[in-house]
Amino acid sequence: MKDLQQVQEKLRQGGNSKYHQKNAETGKLFARERIALLCDAGSFVEDGLFANCVDPELPADGVVTGLGRIDGRAVALMANDSTVKAGSWGARTVEKILRIQETAAQLRVPLFYLVDSAGARITDQIEMFPGRRGAGKIFYNQVRLSGVVPQICLLFGPSAAGGAYIPAFCDVVFMVEGNASMYLGSPRMAEAVIGEKVTLEEMGGARMHCSVSGCGDLLAKDEKEAIAKARTYLSYLPQDETQSPPEAKAKASKRPSTDLAAILPASPARAYNMRDVLDAVIDEGSFFEIKELYAKEILTGFARLEGQPIGIVANQPLSKGGVLFVESSNKAARFIQICSAYGLPILFVADVPGFMIGSKTEKEGMIRAGAKMIYALSNARVPKISLVVRKAFGAGLYAMAGPAFGSDCVLALPPAQIAVMGPEPAVNAVYYNKIAELPEESRKAFVAEKIAEYEKDIDISRLASDLVIDAMVDFGQVRGELNRRFRFYQRSKEALRPPGIVPM
Amino acid sequence: MSKLIKSEMAGTVLEVKVKPGDKVSAGQEVAVVESMKMEVPLTASEGGVVKSVTKAVGDFLNEGETLVELQ
Repeated sequence: MKDLQQVQEKLRQGGNSKYHQKNAETGKLFARERIALLCDAGSFVEDGLFANCVDPELPADGVVTGLGRIDGRAVALMANDSTVKAGSWGARTVEKILRIQETAAQLRVPLFYLVDSAGARITDQIEMFPGRRGAGKIFYNQVRLSGVVPQICLLFGPSAAGGAYIPAFCDVVFMVEGNASMYLGSPRMAEAVIGEKVTLEEMGGARMHCSVSGCGDLLAKDEKEAIAKARTYLSYLPQDETQSPPEAKAKASKRPSTDLAAILPASPARAYNMRDVLDAVIDEGSFFEIKELYAKEILTGFARLEGQPIGIVANQPLSKGGVLFVESSNKAARFIQICSAYGLPILFVADVPGFMIGSKTEKEGMIRAGAKMIYALSNARVPKISLVVRKAFGAGLYAMAGPAFGSDCVLALPPAQIAVMGPEPAVNAVYYNKIAELPEESRKAFVAEKIAEYEKDIDISRLASDLVIDAMVDFGQVRGELNRRFRFYQRSKEALRPPGIVPM
Repeated sequence: MSKLIKSEMAGTVLEVKVKPGDKVSAGQEVAVVESMKMEVPLTASEGGVVKSVTKAVGDFLNEGETLVELQ
């Protein structure tokens, strides 16, 4: 038996020590160290340690797979070992990944992908690439598992070519700055095939993907931070889609709700930081932001309200006036799907001038992207509350779960305005001919008078009187009101209808 | 090498808060663009000295267009 343990120990050491050293020099941990940081001590059980053990160059065939626990909860995981042929995929590598996916599906547990791989082992391509249980099946399984169990990607190194689709099919991607990258063709290939000279960081680096392409969700400064954040991420989610996300210990909000009166500026055109509003509503320190660096005009993330996990979609007036763009609509649509899949009630915090107009965004398909967001929230099978803090204009009201969109309730703070458009453009549109006919000197007074009339017409108490909204809430009442309401509302019990034809 | 401060969204220039020769620091608000009836602050992502201001108050500024050039 001594021999067996020696062989096991040898296999667990991974590849040649020079590759371990090279990894260490760039701040990369060994795959098994990553697993040790991710999982509770002593919980990990491994499958396929002996995969390809006939070849001394390929311990475990370059991937570690198995089951572990995070805060006591069972999870499945795969971790590329970049000390073995740069973490490339051979036939056994692919088979091990397929099997751990099948295990996660069978046990209904979250699945972690710890990615650090050069992609396919071209020398083994017939065995691992095209067939029924080839690499394509990994992606097929990911899609079939999507929304059934949480799938979480931690990207520590490259994820190249076909391998780049593993992150793309996960719910969330954590990327380590400086080391993580995703690309279909390397810079060398880009130069050879299309003539472009570009650096890896610029074309597929972590910061680029987390701020420009949106393929990454969270940028971490190093591997330890990425792993710690991934553990926190999981704490907001259930084991699978049939279960409810776990409650945590309640905490007071960082600021009292009464602060909202001072946070919201008197001028409706003035910017402010929506994060200050959240500080006055949710449990202190509970906001787990997703895509913080991408499409900053909307905030998305998990939070807690008296311990209860919720998802937040909030317009951010500090960036682009809080106007919805193509990227922000996509960002919100995806986040809504995550909340819907795993049973997190959604709080929409609305202060939105509408969807962006103008030739640039129209050419980008603004209408289709907006439709995607509205589609996602209309199909969400979780409780929804829309809180209008200042304004909800045009289709912005619809996109922020306005009264027509199956929301459990729509609440409004005292400064709230709900209208097809703001007072000034509305008056200019309605009285366009009339204003043009007036002598120059009397136009200003006429417009001011009509604006005053319009504002009276869309006054929030008038909308409350007409039962357009369900309740007006004073600043100091917000937190308590939201907490009590969310605890009444239930996840939709109706069977999910077929998913329909999603605008995209 | 010059650094360009560009508008993140299409709108009209409402206010320019710097002139050539002024020193600006990272995070400083250099102009306000009005778009969608909102006042959208334009801030410098890094510090420098203003080389030129390319638009005047009231001008249209498209998304991605430069308003202030730093050196």
